[in-house]
Amino acid sequence: MSDDVTWEMVIGLEVHCELATQTKLFCGCRNAFGDEPNTNVCPTCLGLPGSLPVLNAQAVELAMRIGTALHSEIKPSTFARKNYFYPDQPKDYQISQYDQPLNLGGWLDLPDGFRVGITRAHMEEDTGKLTHIGGSGRINAAHHAQVDYNRSGVPLVEIVSEPDMQSAAQARAYASELRGILVATGASDGRMEEGSMRVDANVSVRPVGTTEFGTRCEIKNLNSLRSLGRAIDYEAARQIALIEGGEKVDQETRHWDESAGRTSSMRSKEEANDYRYFPEPDLVPLAPDAPWRARVAEGMGPMPADRRAELVAALGESATTAEQDQIRAVVDLGLDALVMAAVAARAPAALALARASNEVAADHEAGLALPTESFAALVSLEANGGLSATQSKAVLAAMLTNGGGDPAALAKEMGFEALGAGTLTSAVADVVAAHPDEWTRLVEGDAKLQGFFVKAVLDATDNKANGKEVVAELRRLQA
Amino acid sequence: MTTAGDADVHAFLLLLRDEALAQADAVDAAVAQGRDPGPLAGVPVALKDNLCTRGVPTTCGSKILDGWHPPYDATVVEQLRAAGAIALGKTNMDEFAMGSSTENSAFGPTRNPRDTDRVPGGSSGGSAAAVAAGFTPISLGSDTGGSIRQPAALCGVVGMKPTYGRVSRYGLVAFASSLDQIGPFATTVDDAALLFDVLAGHDPLDSTSLQAPSPSTAPNVGDGVEGVRVGLCADLIEGCAPDVAAQVYAAAEALAAAGAKIDEIRVPEFAYGLSAYYLIAPAEASSNLARYDGVRYGLRVDADDAAAMNTATRTAGFGAEVKRRIMLGTYALSAGYYDAYYAQAQRVRTMVMQAFDRAYLSVDVLLGATAPTTAFALGAKIDDPMAMYMNDVCTIPSNLSGHPAISVPFGVGTDGLPVGIQVLAPALEEALLFRVAAAVEAAAPK
Repeated sequence: MSDDVTWEMVIGLEVHCELATQTKLFCGCRNAFGDEPNTNVCPTCLGLPGSLPVLNAQAVELAMRIGTALHSEIKPSTFARKNYFYPDQPKDYQISQYDQPLNLGGWLDLPDGFRVGITRAHMEEDTGKLTHIGGSGRINAAHHAQVDYNRSGVPLVEIVSEPDMQSAAQARAYASELRGILVATGASDGRMEEGSMRVDANVSVRPVGTTEFGTRCEIKNLNSLRSLGRAIDYEAARQIALIEGGEKVDQETRHWDESAGRTSSMRSKEEANDYRYFPEPDLVPLAPDAPWRARVAEGMGPMPADRRAELVAALGESATTAEQDQIRAVVDLGLDALVMAAVAARAPAALALARASNEVAADHEAGLALPTESFAALVSLEANGGLSATQSKAVLAAMLTNGGGDPAALAKEMGFEALGAGTLTSAVADVVAAHPDEWTRLVEGDAKLQGFFVKAVLDATDNKANGKEVVAELRRLQA
Repeated sequence: MTTAGDADVHAFLLLLRDEALAQADAVDAAVAQGRDPGPLAGVPVALKDNLCTRGVPTTCGSKILDGWHPPYDATVVEQLRAAGAIALGKTNMDEFAMGSSTENSAFGPTRNPRDTDRVPGGSSGGSAAAVAAGFTPISLGSDTGGSIRQPAALCGVVGMKPTYGRVSRYGLVAFASSLDQIGPFATTVDDAALLFDVLAGHDPLDSTSLQAPSPSTAPNVGDGVEGVRVGLCADLIEGCAPDVAAQVYAAAEALAAAGAKIDEIRVPEFAYGLSAYYLIAPAEASSNLARYDGVRYGLRVDADDAAAMNTATRTAGFGAEVKRRIMLGTYALSAGYYDAYYAQAQRVRTMVMQAFDRAYLSVDVLLGATAPTTAFALGAKIDDPMAMYMNDVCTIPSNLSGHPAISVPFGVGTDGLPVGIQVLAPALEEALLFRVAAAVEAAAPK
């Protein structure tokens, strides 16, 4: 292989999404994260002899929403059994869709407009959760294992992308955008850290300009977007080094070790299971009719891309790169409703976006609980000069802690009455009089000193003065 | 409750003495309080031991479920209790319903009450023998390839397999899910219909349970067969012993005398049913029986790691026939063999269904033998799986199609042992099936 070969990555992602249903996929047990082990179980999700699965209609509906959001064709589908022995698998087979998935084809557009093809988005059941006890906690060294079947039978949708991505950044953007879509559809809370969204990456490399795929490796244990990006870059570099060193890449499943920052082999293609898929005889075919599909499509709210476009429109022509980033952040966090409410209340969009993407985003769980009208009232108050920026942030923090409230009343409680015009004028005059040398330098054009005077006035007024009004008064005195 | 003679027959694996007495008290109390005690009030019933009974061992005739007490009742068990029936006990069976002689039970064979040197048939041999011996007037079995009808024939009782989906499978430990169906044993067609009526109906816990209404069949059992077109099916007779075949022809003549119209009919596709069945049923079984891995319940044989424990448990817990079918089914589903075996068998299954549809264009029911011979001697076929599998050749087509079928005693063979006549009907036509069966029963030599 000559030295001047440039390589490109070929990346496809498989994303498992736990559906936010009330109950499990095939039984009436509660679907909840973090409960006491083995409390949400019954004969069906424990796979007891004689038990049978009954499909959860809410799960089907959420899966259809995902398919609709990804522009998939919703097809008549069937379930199959994927057979393999593992202690977290109570029946020693997993009920999954195989050759006839519910959602076929589709695409996802990244925020920069790059389109990633969707192969399929099918339904399946989750397994139980194994905890290895003793030794290092790694599977091989453990003395024994405990199984929690609360997760057994939790509904999943597996979303398989086409191998369309070419960089770690694109893969991260895809996972992030997909996460936003899953949350927007109400299908999932999208929490990677709790395993609600799990990402596997298929990575291969090939010389730029060629069309044939290289041998791919599947990387597992990617628990964050950061891991996803790092693992892809590591894996691509590993494969390139192998090929340039005259070796070949083996098709295998590899495990990402976040602390070591590298992937290692889990099992080779030869060791892979023969899953012996066959149609699940305990379930009937699933073929949502046109009225059901239409009801699902009608019940869906706007997707992240639509909501970003709405914010851009609210900002007018002037959305800067920084504001674009803020827009992406508030939509990702689901805080855009706050901004839109402020805009509807005729508050400035840029100020609302700044408060949402900084102060609210820092405590976004509380932000999601914040009544939009409270936020809108706060931004309006600040924009009208009723609160300084510093005061506004303090009131917002109190609102986040309290879960809302009337910002004007809170400001009053906190002693944040705005200064009367006369008080401001005299406060500025006092400060100017106290610092004659600095004032001379400012008047002579040393703009750095403006900040000095603003800070001094704020200090003198216990932060009650509005920074913008102080600047205006300073300019008036200089003129 | 009498168990006299069961030491010889071994129909029961477990007697539910206390539970039966308590249930009888409950029926008495209902009567005393003027409440409706149900259509089967006080009637004893025996349950095949693959029907889950809450808190009561359910073994499937296997060591692998050692110590397991289901935490729930099968839907049919609840239906029987609600109808006032009294569950007497759990009956012996071929392990996981795999067999045609009840010799594959891990707890020893059941013997035929008509001749205890003979097998009772299987896999529901215990339930058939319990009725034949007079221990109980009715019992439940399950039929995957003939496991109700064949032992009914060999024991000289009535045994019926309903339309697939008519009776809930919830709580029936699965052998082959797309073929399994629970059904009644009784001494008369009337009683079988009465029991069927209690079991039939939609169950939301079984996705394959039919939504179609299940009108009562019992009131019309005696309505006769005037004008019914009966297809005398050579493909369900030709492979049988001459003494069995002779009784089928005699039954056809009796039906003609009762007003039915007899037509000879060929359905050559039935010949392929056995081969298809012995791929589809083991394939499903290999998956259904994977869960017996020693992790959660039943037998566990400890070993160094989980995989070795699975192997040790399954090696010790399963009998030879179960292992044979798991291996056969695993092979049939394996990559590279799936199309040639499992998928091909499904195509044959479709072909058999279409053959039934064609036959039912010209006749209302089909008539043939249930089993190729009368009861054979214990041990005669146990070492020859193919000879044993041939017992199911006449019963399997109805499992593949999901249609109802019934076996009715009619005369005896040259050995003096009972012969079973099989009546087959289209899906959901149980009422017609019982009417024709009752006409056969009425004409049977006394």
